[in-house]
Amino acid sequence: MKTKWVSAPYLVWMTVFIAVPLLMIAVFAFTSNDGGFTIKNIQDVGQYANIFFRSIWLSVIATAICLVMAYPVSFILSRMEKHRQATMLMIVMLPMWMNFLLRTYAWMTLLGNNGVINHLLGLIGIGPLKLINTSGAVVLGMVYNYLPFMILPLYSVMVKIDKSVIEAASDLGCGSFATLFRVIVPLSLPGITSGITMVFVPAISTFIISRMLGGGSNLLIGDLIEMQFLGNAYNPHLGAAISLVLMVIILVIMTVMNQFSPDDQVLI
Amino acid sequence: MENIINLKDIEVVFEDGERILKKINLDIKDKEFVTFLGPSGCGKTTTLRIIGGFLEPTSGDVFFEGKRINGLPPYKRNVNTVFQRYALFPHLNVYENIAFGLKVKKLPDKEIVRRVGEMLELVNLKGFEKRSVSRLSGGQQQRVAIARALVNHPKVLLLDEPLGALDLKLRKEMQVELRKIQQALELTFIYVTHDQEEALTMSDTVVVMNNGNIQQIGSPTDIYNEPVNAFVADFIGESNIINGIMPEDCVAEFSGHRFECVDKGFAKNERVDVVIRPEDIKIIPPEKAKLTGIVESVVFKGVHYEMTVDGMEHKWIIHSTLHEPVGTMIGMDIAPFDIHIMKKSEE
Ligand SMILES: Nc1ncnc2c1ncn2[C@@H]1O[C@H](COP(=O)(O)OP(=O)(O)OP(=O)(O)O)[C@@H](O)[C@H]1O
Ligand SMILES: [Mg+2]
Repeated sequence: MKTKWVSAPYLVWMTVFIAVPLLMIAVFAFTSNDGGFTIKNIQDVGQYANIFFRSIWLSVIATAICLVMAYPVSFILSRMEKHRQATMLMIVMLPMWMNFLLRTYAWMTLLGNNGVINHLLGLIGIGPLKLINTSGAVVLGMVYNYLPFMILPLYSVMVKIDKSVIEAASDLGCGSFATLFRVIVPLSLPGITSGITMVFVPAISTFIISRMLGGGSNLLIGDLIEMQFLGNAYNPHLGAAISLVLMVIILVIMTVMNQFSPDDQVLI
Repeated sequence: MENIINLKDIEVVFEDGERILKKINLDIKDKEFVTFLGPSGCGKTTTLRIIGGFLEPTSGDVFFEGKRINGLPPYKRNVNTVFQRYALFPHLNVYENIAFGLKVKKLPDKEIVRRVGEMLELVNLKGFEKRSVSRLSGGQQQRVAIARALVNHPKVLLLDEPLGALDLKLRKEMQVELRKIQQALELTFIYVTHDQEEALTMSDTVVVMNNGNIQQIGSPTDIYNEPVNAFVADFIGESNIINGIMPEDCVAEFSGHRFECVDKGFAKNERVDVVIRPEDIKIIPPEKAKLTGIVESVVFKGVHYEMTVDGMEHKWIIHSTLHEPVGTMIGMDIAPFDIHIMKKSEE
């Protein structure tokens, strides 16, 4: 019983900085400017359905691309000799050492109409192509920024897969594909689900990436919320309502995801 | 009987430059129970991995039914393995683990249910079908591993110390069961152990290995009665190994005396290893004996007493049903045919 005290600092933290703000968001979402109860804010969120769909769609695509790219990388990484794994992992993490804004800014200059890529394409007679201010650029920014968040959980689950288990699959008649789908994927499932969570959640609520790479025509939920609090559309009640709806959406998606994880490895 | 597997001049050198297998040559007959016997680290698992296809030899050839199979991946070989550390699938339960190979081969469901049921009965795990393999004891896991390999009815089954985690009683039962299965299904078993008793009781052929070399290949009786060198003799049963010379045929000199023996064909005064089994030394009164010594310790071993006797040049190990108290002087007598003369192994 005594050990309970050890968690006291975290409990205080959780109450002050998580529970209370959450409660305040809920209060804001269900009140109007004069303080009375209303569900108008929630109803108003409906107007922005297209932005919600775009956000979900783009982050789903980005998450899928991350998964497809990270899976083989993580597997190869996890099969390397121990001392080389550390070096390679550092290289994977290297972009994270640079500031998030700077990284995204770099893509602006790369993708711009007069940017490096269009300049090079021009040399061989192609373009200029419209690269920046497209939804593709937003997805690219998400993939680039969040890829390590997919690799890390996948890698940490995959290093625990014993080499002899893979050999056993091969011994029992599995070629590469059968080994992948009958043994490696099921055993890395917890890594897949937590990787998806760690990419999807920040991707769906980002506003910097869409602002910098998406131009005005690719607003995401994050931009919408930001505008309600800091922008000219100033309306914290609507902003809180949008946040609340976003939270519910994330919660629903994660619950569905957890149906695919083994019982003892539920994420939330 | 045809050979099912031949290893020709197999050499394995790992990255660190160590030669783990040194030009191994071995023919394994079809439907034979072959045991690899040797101390830890001698290369038994490495040899199995070459046959299973998990390791490519640095040089040399592997043949299966006369065809060279170097480079053929494990899943294309008609061979299954019981791994030394089980290697069960942690995401599957007992039933699914055993059924794995059959499902991959897309056998009809009925057939799978029947064969897995058979195996569960065989390894005494009925009622454990739904149990997760992570919640099994070491011995139970080992039995799942045996069932998972055996259910495929491979031509050759490789077993890497498959009974190591079992208690004595269960081990004896499983030894009998495995031998029965091997004979009933007419399979070739290649069995790794470092328990010499297990090797002698189960096998048709024993392959004694040491340091990446094959020391001797033969039937259990051959290996026991006619070990080719001091290492085999010592490994097969604790032995007294004494330095000696052969002054002439049928005479051996050791511990300062000449003894009559039955071996011949050595060079005059060739230095040899003299091997005498502990149970072949008879205790006689010291005044009648060439060899004498003082009893140093006595340990009761169930059927016999094991005594160490200090005989000045050599500490003798004697197994006897009689028991002499510590500190007494005894005489030792050895019959000529119990004195085994062996060429010094070059090392
Ligand atoms: N991948 C490897 N790289 C380098 N050396 C290895 C490797 N695998 C095994 N060895 C070495 O090869 C030698 C033989 O190993 P092996 O596993 O064949 O022994 P073993 O006879 O099966 O022993 P045990 O009875 O302990 O299982 C050992 O000295 C081991 O350290
Ligand atoms: Mg071994």
